[in-house]
Amino acid sequence: MAVCIAVIAKENYPLYIRSTPTENELKFHYMVHTSLDVVDEKISAMGKALVDQRELYLGLLYPTEDYKVYGYVTNSKVKFVMVVDSSNTALRDNEIRSMFRKLHNSYTDVMCNPFYNPGDRIQSRWALLPVSASSPGGPYFLCPIQSRWALLPVSVSSPGGPYFLCPIQSRWALLLCPIQSSRAFDNMVTSMMIQVC
Amino acid sequence: MSPTQWDLPVELCCRPMAFVTLTGLDVVYNAVHRAVWDAFCANRRADRVPISFKVLPGDHEYPKCRPKRTSYEWYIPKGILKTGWMNKHLNLVPALVVVFYELDWDEPQWKEKQSECATRVEIVRQSLQGRNTKVAVVLIQKKTPLPPGEDVIASERAAALCNACELSGKSLFVLPHTDHLVGYIIRLENAFYEHAQTYYYTEIRRVKSHKEFLNKTTHQLLFVRHQFKIAFFSELKQDTQNALKNYRTAYNLVHELRAHETNILEIKTMAGFINYKICRLCFQHNTPLDAIAQFRKHIDLCKKKIGSAELSFEHAAWMSKQFQAFGDLFDEAIKLGLTAIQTQNPGFYYQQAAYYAQERKQLAKSLCNHEASIMYPNPDPLETQTGVLDFYGQRSWRQGILSFDLSDPEKEKVGVLAIQLKERNVAHSEIIITLLSNAVAQFKKYKCPRMKSHLMVQMGEEYYYAKDYTKALKLLDYVMCDYRSEGWWTLLTSILTTALKCSYLMAQLKDYITYSLELLGRASTLKDDQKSRIEKNLINVLMNESPDPEPDCDIFAVKTAQKLWADRISLAGSNIFTIGVQDFVPFVQCKAKFHAPSFHVDVPVEFDIYLKADCPHPIRFSKLCVSFNNQEYNQFCVIEEASKANEVLENPTQGKMCLVPGKTRKLLFKFVAKTEDVGKKIEITSVDLALGNETGRCVVLNWQGGGGDAASSQEALQAARSFKRRPKLPDNEVHWDSIIIQASTMIISRVPNISVHLRHEPPALTNEMYCLVVTVQSHEKTQIRDVKLTAGLKPGQDANLTQKTHVTLHGTELCDESYPALLTDIPVGDLHPGEQLEKMLYVRCGTVGSRMFLVYVSYLINITAEEKEIVCKCHKDETVTIETVFPFDVAVKFVSTKFEHLERVYADIPFLLMTDLLSASPWALTVVSSELQLAPSMTTVDQLESQVDNVVLQTGESASECFCLRCPSLGNVEGGVATGHYIISWKRTSAMENIPVIRTVITLPHVIVENIPLHVNADLPSFGRVRESLPVKYHLQNKTDFVQDVEISVEPSDAFMFSGLKQVQAISCGVYVDTKLRPRDGELYLWFL
Repeated sequence: MAVCIAVIAKENYPLYIRSTPTENELKFHYMVHTSLDVVDEKISAMGKALVDQRELYLGLLYPTEDYKVYGYVTNSKVKFVMVVDSSNTALRDNEIRSMFRKLHNSYTDVMCNPFYNPGDRIQSRWALLPVSASSPGGPYFLCPIQSRWALLPVSVSSPGGPYFLCPIQSRWALLLCPIQSSRAFDNMVTSMMIQVC
Repeated sequence: MSPTQWDLPVELCCRPMAFVTLTGLDVVYNAVHRAVWDAFCANRRADRVPISFKVLPGDHEYPKCRPKRTSYEWYIPKGILKTGWMNKHLNLVPALVVVFYELDWDEPQWKEKQSECATRVEIVRQSLQGRNTKVAVVLIQKKTPLPPGEDVIASERAAALCNACELSGKSLFVLPHTDHLVGYIIRLENAFYEHAQTYYYTEIRRVKSHKEFLNKTTHQLLFVRHQFKIAFFSELKQDTQNALKNYRTAYNLVHELRAHETNILEIKTMAGFINYKICRLCFQHNTPLDAIAQFRKHIDLCKKKIGSAELSFEHAAWMSKQFQAFGDLFDEAIKLGLTAIQTQNPGFYYQQAAYYAQERKQLAKSLCNHEASIMYPNPDPLETQTGVLDFYGQRSWRQGILSFDLSDPEKEKVGVLAIQLKERNVAHSEIIITLLSNAVAQFKKYKCPRMKSHLMVQMGEEYYYAKDYTKALKLLDYVMCDYRSEGWWTLLTSILTTALKCSYLMAQLKDYITYSLELLGRASTLKDDQKSRIEKNLINVLMNESPDPEPDCDIFAVKTAQKLWADRISLAGSNIFTIGVQDFVPFVQCKAKFHAPSFHVDVPVEFDIYLKADCPHPIRFSKLCVSFNNQEYNQFCVIEEASKANEVLENPTQGKMCLVPGKTRKLLFKFVAKTEDVGKKIEITSVDLALGNETGRCVVLNWQGGGGDAASSQEALQAARSFKRRPKLPDNEVHWDSIIIQASTMIISRVPNISVHLRHEPPALTNEMYCLVVTVQSHEKTQIRDVKLTAGLKPGQDANLTQKTHVTLHGTELCDESYPALLTDIPVGDLHPGEQLEKMLYVRCGTVGSRMFLVYVSYLINITAEEKEIVCKCHKDETVTIETVFPFDVAVKFVSTKFEHLERVYADIPFLLMTDLLSASPWALTVVSSELQLAPSMTTVDQLESQVDNVVLQTGESASECFCLRCPSLGNVEGGVATGHYIISWKRTSAMENIPVIRTVITLPHVIVENIPLHVNADLPSFGRVRESLPVKYHLQNKTDFVQDVEISVEPSDAFMFSGLKQVQAISCGVYVDTKLRPRDGELYLWFL
């Protein structure tokens, strides 16, 4: 559906960028990069609006001859850019909106991952962390974060997959949430890029 | 650039204006005619009617009108629009021909003149045969005409003239050649304009009248042609609304035509023309959205109409032109006041035009790659007899042939070949770059910096293809930093790769090295094999050899480049390249870190330089130098490793200066700071790392400050945010991210090894010589020299304190104002290890309150650090806060001789002054003596000796004194009479003998003195004995200047018996004694009881 999906950091460097077809990757990189001009302009225009009233979806950024570029910005100024083939008329504003919402949810899950350092480029290898199953009391997750995090029990039996305790920003909140790795994010993006129509 | 086949014709792009020809004007030799012509054509402002004028001779031959067709039945059109048609109606066939003729109403030879004029009109009519062109006559007259109706001859003759010339009255005009020429001309041309409009109206009607004869099968082309003509005439008539309507109809008709490979170009050409007109009129009507919508529709309709595959570059060229023309229209509208926005501005159209131009280039490259042996066909199939085509958009070798079948395939082949060979000579890059730079200018205006950068990259790449490497490099270098600063590494790598090719092809050493350094670095997304190739080339260049050519370069350009590189081997010119890394991301990273934020001067300053290489192979550097703000230290921080040029890559793990990729190398530096730098900051100003050596080429990487390049600040931020635990490394290795640059350190003085003690007895008492005993003991292992003491009030306190605090070393004399508040650098001599010295210090505080005192001891000591003898200056300071209090409170009161409290004293009557000294000091005080200094107005009754000499007062004890005083009468003094001063001399009881006593002066209060008329003084013995007489003496004194009558009565008390004189007894028994007291006289009465 989408030909290119990008996540751009607050400082405007790419956190994640994927495009199909891959052979003309550079073109899409340029397209996403230039669309930031419009994103910047839209963000500065809505700067005065109240935070809770702010619309995260920025709409169509600019049309090119062959593609449409859509934008979305989170409250922490992380931008999502999606490039859609102009000929694809099945994608209306509502579909695009919901795709962005899905993307945002997935991104939030990535952020919840304690192994992900906000601001790092999102890479699938983050998911490949060793779990030592031989430890007493069930499988443990090795957290390379701080010493007191060394061994955390992961209950595999919980519905929706393994859960763990994770920190939100610098506060060490005890949260139960599903492990959503960058791998999962990658898969989600892939599913959005599969040509359906 | 000369106009190409794809440029829109001028007559299409101009604004059509009614065409009027003026005849009978001799603008060369006749001044009057010249003036008339100038008034017509000079300074035509926008408010004048839109007419284009032309001066033609009266017998000018206008284009022949073809005979009217009575039936279209057998007529088959050969094309849509003739190439000459627009020009014909703009510049050749007038709407109105004006015949100028000099003729006054009172012309004597009227008849002859009239017939000459009629002849001229006739000639004009002849040459316009068949056309509906109007004819008008203008009489140039010398006289100002009379108001209409008054000149009878004029109206008669005018009617006659009209008759002779077969003109209606509306077509005859008079132009008096007077002062108001321009005014007349404007009126004239307005009249011409009306005639012209009528003409175009009839033309439109005429074209419309053909319609009914047409049929849909054979005359499809004519539908378009006629619609176009109607629209064009409407434009000439300045009826733009109708013109637009008709153009829209024409546009729809064009797309209804049956399209085939043979006529697709003609259809597209016409569609392009009509679209241009529609967009232009929409912008003119200030409906830009309509224009954009029409253009989008146009592009969507035509995008797929490629036509012949062999000539597909033509389609791209045509598309490019469509976008460019629309961009131009848009831009022009903006210049006339339209506002564009970031997402809808002409830049997008120029960009798209450039994109199609690029496509055209690509297609041309693949379709026109004929071998050099293929010659351009002769005769030229693109040549026509007239040099131009008959119809727009047709092929020159088969003009007017409507059949879709190719009658002559051979001819077709030759024609296509000719076009392809011609296309090969087109300067595509030039076209692309022009379009891109147009787009850049637009995006700059509409706040699209990234779009601008992207287009500049494309321009740079196009210059690269056009082999203009200098310009390519300039552009690429300019935009590189935008991508670098935003961290778009894939894009940066792609730009760098092109830049590296350019610098290779020009053999630009410094650029080549710089780009290589960055392409090897961590910002580059190149694969390792590419990186090792670049690294190898870089090493080659440093060893003064030619690098291998970059891949995908033009073969001829590579050959030239190889020659250039060969020339470079002579090593002429400078071969040391210093490259500042702060603006890019090289493959070596550097961080400098002082071990501590401050160093004592007696220990060596230590810091580490961390280096890490990101290139694929180990690399050996030749030299590392560190520069400081104090350049004296530079010499101590150099590492040089002599190696032969060819060893750069050999013995990879040997030596300090060889960096293994990915491993952090730590280099320790040590130096002893100069004693002059104590208290100063030592800063690393730069780190220089040299690659290669002086015999070949040498690159010096220069880091400003303690390292860090264009990407490292963001990386440091990320590393700081990260809560990842890093895997453990062997002891001597560190994680690169965990190293934090520390580029400066403070040099602080050596830690003193002496003790300073202060002994004193607080609080200080006001004005006393307060004793502060300073004890300095050396704990140093060697002798310390030049011990100096600075003591006194700590600077930086209240300025008043400085004036009221005095310090001295000599306690035997009192300080005065001339003594300073702080004694500086008192030499105390040398101290051997363990030795101790004591110094007394006296402080005099003039006011109460707390003060901070500073005792600062400095000395010199010889120290050996890093086998170097240095003289260190050490110092130790102590501060102490001392409270100053009043030593005592003094209370003074006036009492009568009977010790009764007095509010006021009476003149000449003795009274007592009582002083009460209450010690407030926590320490015992000795009152050495006291003294009463009376004011002149006071006299003493008895001796003023001190009664408290050498009294010791403990805390809370008091010492009182009593003085009998008298105040002579002074009359009434306002505010009382000064009493004098009470001076107390005192010291601490504990103070030594030689400490001077302190005199504290207390000003006694003023007292109110009152005069009384009578004073009675009783003189009683202090005691009496039972049964013994007690003499009682009363002394009465008249204090006034007058005689006073006094009555005295004595009332006996039961306790006493009387004896003595009866008279006295009588008196004393309650008898009044009347007596007279003289002024100022006393009378003494004596009784004995």
